[in-house]
Amino acid sequence: MAVRERLSGNEAVAYAIKQINPDVMPAFPITPSTEIPQYVANYIANGEIGTEFIHVESEHSAMSAAIGASAAGARTVTATSSCGMALMWEELYVAASDRLPVVLALVNRALTGPININADHSDSMGARDSGWIQIYAESNQEVYDNFLQAYPIAENAAVRLPVMICQDGFITSHGVENILLVEDEKAKEFVGEYCPEHYLLNEKEPMAVGPYAVSNYYMETKRAQREAMKNAKQVILETAEKFERMTGRKYGFFEEYRMEDAQYAVVVIGSAAGTCKAAVDKIRETTGKKAGLVKIRVFRPFPEEELAAALKGMKAIAVLDRSEMFSATSGPLGAEVRAALYGAKLEAEVVNYFYGLGGRDITVEDFERVYENLEEMAKTHVVKDMYAYIGLREGDRHGNSL
Amino acid sequence: METAYNFKEVMSRPERLAPGHRMCAGCGGTVTVRSVLRALRPEDKAVVGNATGCLEVSTFMYPYTAYEDSYIHNAFENAGATLSGVETAYRVLKKKGKITENYKFITFGGDGGTYDIGFQSLSGAMERGHDMVYVCYDNGAYMNTGTQRSSATPQFADTTTTPAGKVSNGKVQIRKDLAAIMAEHHIPYVGQTTFTANFRDLHTKAEKAIYTPGAAFLNVMSPCPRGWGYDPSELMTICRLAVDTCYWPLYEVADGKWILSYEPRKKLPVEDFLRPQKRFQHLFKPGNEDLIGLFQAEVDRRWEELKKKCDM
Amino acid sequence: MKSENINERSPWQDITEGNQIYEPATSRQFCTGEWRTSTPLFIKEKCKQCLLCAPVCPDSSIPVSEGKRQDFDYDHCKGCGICAKVCPFGAIEMKEGK
Repeated sequence: MAVRERLSGNEAVAYAIKQINPDVMPAFPITPSTEIPQYVANYIANGEIGTEFIHVESEHSAMSAAIGASAAGARTVTATSSCGMALMWEELYVAASDRLPVVLALVNRALTGPININADHSDSMGARDSGWIQIYAESNQEVYDNFLQAYPIAENAAVRLPVMICQDGFITSHGVENILLVEDEKAKEFVGEYCPEHYLLNEKEPMAVGPYAVSNYYMETKRAQREAMKNAKQVILETAEKFERMTGRKYGFFEEYRMEDAQYAVVVIGSAAGTCKAAVDKIRETTGKKAGLVKIRVFRPFPEEELAAALKGMKAIAVLDRSEMFSATSGPLGAEVRAALYGAKLEAEVVNYFYGLGGRDITVEDFERVYENLEEMAKTHVVKDMYAYIGLREGDRHGNSL
Repeated sequence: METAYNFKEVMSRPERLAPGHRMCAGCGGTVTVRSVLRALRPEDKAVVGNATGCLEVSTFMYPYTAYEDSYIHNAFENAGATLSGVETAYRVLKKKGKITENYKFITFGGDGGTYDIGFQSLSGAMERGHDMVYVCYDNGAYMNTGTQRSSATPQFADTTTTPAGKVSNGKVQIRKDLAAIMAEHHIPYVGQTTFTANFRDLHTKAEKAIYTPGAAFLNVMSPCPRGWGYDPSELMTICRLAVDTCYWPLYEVADGKWILSYEPRKKLPVEDFLRPQKRFQHLFKPGNEDLIGLFQAEVDRRWEELKKKCDM
Repeated sequence: MKSENINERSPWQDITEGNQIYEPATSRQFCTGEWRTSTPLFIKEKCKQCLLCAPVCPDSSIPVSEGKRQDFDYDHCKGCGICAKVCPFGAIEMKEGK
């Protein structure tokens, strides 16, 4: 029987770590992910797990030590947010290129400039090209479930890539919700024992990691990494199926909410999906208009074809980005979704909105306006404000905020 | 723990750094690596770490590793943190019974990767007390990128970012004393050494560093013929002059006790060390005598300070 | 895939995962002896087996076996000449060329 609990998102991740009992955890404090290493340190202090904690002096060292530990043959975890991840940046690429199945609990927070401690996706979106698998959550339940699925995906022989399990800072990390926990034994069995094929401490053969690869080898190495990322799609789905058999909870690349007959769709990542669902319900109830939602769970690898299939037949689509990429055009999700639609030759009207930067709230009413705009766009075939902001204060009456 | 030094026995041990690496002819860096690894007991296994630098790009150029042991390179500034992860993994896996053999952990970094960009990572790894040795092969500049100044570069050295010119006498600042800074971490063992005729000093220090439980740091002056501008065959002469002028004192700090390993019978003037090196040529132009005087004064000051720390 | 089968014509499928190598000392396959512009000669009769030449070699090219140095590893010796300078007995002579 599943265990009913009330946990914050951070506590849920820490509890998953306790159930998995990984070998090594190097970590450095940063808001809002700090609680995760704190909980783990408590489990260690009370002899509840055998994990060795490395009290590194920075996040760069956290990921560096994680790479060392993982290459040595240890199941390794770390946690961070925002600037902590920015400081890891260089190392994210190394972990992926070295094909090390490190798992990172990321609590999404805005990158500094100016300093801000609240939720947005600029940290993980900036790392989207680093070669990590990225899985996002709407709720505490999802981040817990995703975390249990992380190692079976990362360590799969066809994949061997690091995985980032993302949740929205404070919104889920500190918000306490009802949650169903998998029993300890079942969780352990699901994740399994880590038995790497090659590792530094293999007594039977030495191993060398991290060479200088001249241009004769670099491109082939990147191509092989791409193959692993392609393979990850199948493994992510198989792992989700196995998880569903255990818990009854279903996961895929994304969640489709009331999309069966939808004509207007929002595409969004993370906790804002919960607010959007409320708006979809309200709109359908009060107006009968066919609103739907696609919530992206797996952003890397990007489910291009599957997403295009899910959006087929829409009259208008709004893609919502919780981070800037300063192309002066799209946000990162907007660019990817539009590319997917173009590839599938879909002709829906598409708009890309920015919302929630640095923790700015987004409300049910905001989403209602988004759907109103979609209806207008579908009717007129005119997209007035392709890159508008939601909830931005405008000094100029001709500004384009929603 | 200290065993009598048997040069023939030590030299007969299996070589742990294979030839075929791409370091320059006459490189001091690989002499350091060979010598340190020779201090491992042949029955012990090791994981060798490495900061980015000449050594890394030359000794593990895909698919050619020069190491008999397991080896990991990660990046420039994190050799300390990376090996601390490996060492931690070892302790866990050993506790879980997944590993039975004994492993030792040794990482190498140049002075750029150690004194400068990797300083924080090194400090963290040493402070945490991992059972590992960090070896700096100190050639006094960023040699891999073409002799740029580091905080280990001696004052007045002509480097590509502190060139001697019409209004410049080379590097302005004096060098950082890293071995002393590491000693102030109060780790169990710190040694400063270079190459002496039968390598007894380097060998015994490496052996102590490897087999003293806890964190250890070795600073090994490893001359670079290209960056310093001397005939590659003169490696051992350069080292002898560095030691006999007291430019590079040999000492160790074991459990907080400072011990001078060698005091020259006759301390030579530092210009004997400077003269054979192209990077100091400008100091020998007429009118620059005071610069050599300043260099000598700094060597003397540090030498006296060191002797005081060693209760001499 | 063994390192000896990996080369600049290998397809991407043959590049080891994460560029990892699972063998020791594969650098031996690469002959740096080609770099030499002068060559040390070992004059066995003059050698007293003091071994002072062995540790100074940056290229591990003076093999020692049971307390005795062997002839140079010319596949890898780069000809730097440090060994000749430290030999007290004139048992190593440098000659021009390979």
